Amino acid sequence: MASTIRVRATSNGDITEVQTLIQHPMDTGLVKDSKGELIPAHYIQELKFECNGKDVFVANWGTAVSKDPYVKFSFKGAKKGDDLKISWTDNKGGSDTTTAKIA
Amino acid sequence: MTTDTAPHPTRRLMLQGAVSVALLGLGSLPYAPARAAANDKYPEEAFKLKNEADAIKVLYGRTAEPSDKVKLDAPEIAENGAVVPISVTTTLDKVTSISFFVAENPNALAASYRIPDGTIPGIANRLKMAKTSNVVAIVEADGKLYSATKEVKVTVGGCGG
Repeated sequence: MASTIRVRATSNGDITEVQTLIQHPMDTGLVKDSKGELIPAHYIQELKFECNGKDVFVANWGTAVSKDPYVKFSFKGAKKGDDLKISWTDNKGGSDTTTAKIA
Repeated sequence: MTTDTAPHPTRRLMLQGAVSVALLGLGSLPYAPARAAANDKYPEEAFKLKNEADAIKVLYGRTAEPSDKVKLDAPEIAENGAVVPISVTTTLDKVTSISFFVAENPNALAASYRIPDGTIPGIANRLKMAKTSNVVAIVEADGKLYSATKEVKVTVGGCGG
């Protein structure tokens, strides 16, 4: 199962650091292709991280987030071995979900 | 559930169906009445606005004051405007959301993050910049807005000159 989401969550005592890389074109809708036709906007709108039944981080994105987006954040209250659930949805109704173990 | 392989037509339809049902479900969730604009669902309107001040107003309903407790880290010069690493950290307490604006982009609001209790108010991400522009980070803490601004020069042509 090749997920579009690559995530690394490492616990450092009380704090868990999460780094995420997602494969997504993040088209703005302003760029033309080689035939001179506009490439329609296609971008992730919401990216959510859940841990132990609680949202720990929610991103709302526009078209100005780079292609294959990267985001890093940290949160408290989780320990090694806990599950971190990551899911995104884009403006065309696409989505993906993955679960990572905190290491 | 994966969506990565080129799906069979009916499978794709089913997946799309499932997603729209999920979206409908989201719309009716009993969210607590807007404590802060950024706590609501996807702020479609704010992302469409061209002007930075307007986008801030629609997203948060007030204006921000500059604060040295918000630390915005961005390169002086970005050789590639498509990938500009930008991060923000703050020493403020009770942070509920952090947003990034690129003033000269076609749409100023780039990204808005919700910071629930227990999450550390520090984010690193990568944004696109159409040209040299001010980058503004807004931190919402304890119901107030604080900002930090930095100019990032985007060199065109990719020769680093």
